Amino acid sequence: MTTTDSPPAVPAPAPARPRRRRSTGDTERGFSRTFRWITTGAGALILATLAAVALFLVARAFPAVTASPTELADAVPRYPDDTSFIAYVGPLVFGTLLAAVLALLLATPVAMGIALFISHYAPRRLAQVLGYLVDLLAAIPSVVYGLWGIAVLAPAAAPVWGWLNDYLGWFPLFAGEASPTARTLATVAVVLAVMILPIITAVSREVFLQTPRLHEEAALALGATRWEMVRTAVLPFGRSGVISAAMLGLGRALGETMAVLMILSPGFLYSFKVFQAAQHQTIAAYIALDFPEASGLAVNALIATGLALFVITLAVNMAARAVVARRKDFSGAN
Amino acid sequence: MVGALALSLAACGQNPGADAAADGASASAGDLSGELSGGGASSQESAMEAWRAGFQGQYPDVTVNYDPVGSGGGRENFISGAFPFAGSDAALDDDELADAEAQCGEGGVIEYPAYISPVAVAFNLEGIDSLNMTPETIAGIFKGDITTWDDAAIADDNPDADLPSTDITVVHRSDDSGTTENFQEYLSTVVPDVWTYEPEGIWPVDGQESAQGTSGVVSAAQAGEGTITYADASQIADLGTVAVGVGEEFVEYSPEAAAAVIEGSPRVEGTSEHVFAYDLARDIEGTYPIVLVSYHLACATYEDAEQAELVKGFLGYVLSEEGQKAAADSAGSAPLPTALAEEFAGAVDAITAG
Repeated sequence: MTTTDSPPAVPAPAPARPRRRRSTGDTERGFSRTFRWITTGAGALILATLAAVALFLVARAFPAVTASPTELADAVPRYPDDTSFIAYVGPLVFGTLLAAVLALLLATPVAMGIALFISHYAPRRLAQVLGYLVDLLAAIPSVVYGLWGIAVLAPAAAPVWGWLNDYLGWFPLFAGEASPTARTLATVAVVLAVMILPIITAVSREVFLQTPRLHEEAALALGATRWEMVRTAVLPFGRSGVISAAMLGLGRALGETMAVLMILSPGFLYSFKVFQAAQHQTIAAYIALDFPEASGLAVNALIATGLALFVITLAVNMAARAVVARRKDFSGAN
Repeated sequence: MVGALALSLAACGQNPGADAAADGASASAGDLSGELSGGGASSQESAMEAWRAGFQGQYPDVTVNYDPVGSGGGRENFISGAFPFAGSDAALDDDELADAEAQCGEGGVIEYPAYISPVAVAFNLEGIDSLNMTPETIAGIFKGDITTWDDAAIADDNPDADLPSTDITVVHRSDDSGTTENFQEYLSTVVPDVWTYEPEGIWPVDGQESAQGTSGVVSAAQAGEGTITYADASQIADLGTVAVGVGEEFVEYSPEAAAAVIEGSPRVEGTSEHVFAYDLARDIEGTYPIVLVSYHLACATYEDAEQAELVKGFLGYVLSEEGQKAAADSAGSAPLPTALAEEFAGAVDAITAG
């Protein structure tokens, strides 16, 4: 913001007109004042909740983080012998990030395509129907996505993954031995991509629709094709919006539990072999899987992995904010 | 009193099965009320849910609680008197029995198997419904030593089967599960030199496929060709099943064959008349050996008359045909053989207050 054209300073109210001043204050009276407190309370509540969650995680994770590897190996099932806590959380963090990033890579281009089609290409009526349908995808509970993943997608994907593995096995992601059941990270990533598609699409669509009409018409008037108009006017304008949409999607993909739990055949490795079984596990699915039978220090260890997820999500969101804030000035959105 | 009677009549009217429990258990059926809190083996948890629901359905004034603290905790709390009844995957050993007799007083301890949970070994191979496998072969496959379906170890026992050269994909439970422990318990008892792992709820072999829950492993096995898994015997859907080598022959799973394990196993001798402990024999011809047998523990006399009636009523219901069927439906257990269930019910019937 520049200061050169700041509005003229408000003249100090003359002491001779106290009545007027009081009356401006008085517009906030009755329920209006109460409502102000309600909204302030709601705002404070979100901070308090976040603080409470962080406090809970730190307090309950503390015993696990400070325990010795031998103690942890005794108490926590699947805890590898002689490893520090970091080495134990590491593969989980890796699996979580890999699944979420793959899902994002799959979903974002498709979501942008859908959003552009709805905002700039489809006839108005079709656009409305499509918009509803995409929003409907967001309303499907994740357990249903999980069921769909194991009952429909995994059997259908198995031959495709097998083919990619056979012919493009030199590519690190496709290496290894393809699982015949396809309950692997590749299938998980596809399901996660479908799950985050609606939110990315919805936000991108709103952003694209806000492209100033003048920019678009200027581009067309200069002889741009529609694609060139989209490229020169719509996409630059919407870039920061699409980034925040993608980050919202990434947040959901990072925390998704049920679908991953149902589909993934877990393992605890730093591995890029997304077609091979027993290679990866995500933090959320790991907690859901082992919590029912955990007690004592094992619960603390699970909560500590939850803390790691909390930190990752926080970092992702802050990074997204930073990117958006940096781009804002050039997007024309202000 | 009249109100209670009317209520119980109404309950009987709604539930025709109530009579079955009544003549097995409590003579004064219908006027039970109060709270009964036991606990123990978590293997019985889902069966216990069904039993609680069934029993509380018959006696709406009764609340039954079962704390799945584990078999060891169940026995400990039973001996200390904290649990009026308990569930345990192992029978009381001699010392525990002596302590429990002391706690229960003059009538002594009642102990009998109440829950038999069979595990099937199931596979997905096109066109093959059943395969014979010796325990050594099963352990070799699940350990990862035998890797293809046309391996000689499998082919030798199945001369008629047209075995493909497909890789074997083992699917195990990814969660901490009693079925895993039960299955490993069998392997390490029968072939300890092949299955060298300590049986526990988490699968010991790394790098194999896995899925969460019984339905998870079953659907994973269905999804891939050449998969093999283990699951509660009632849940394996249309997968092919392994006939398990017992002695010289191979036995297919059936509830009767699973329940027959107790009938054929020798009862531990030198115990009082109400203690039915068995040395589980995994090698009796004609019986299906991959089973978990879980016991119920109770006292023959209770100081509190209400508690005596409740234990008698509840355990009587568990042993009734209806109770065994409820557990079979919800937990996939194999119903006890009728003759044995009646024998155990006789012991439960002898519970008195005193």
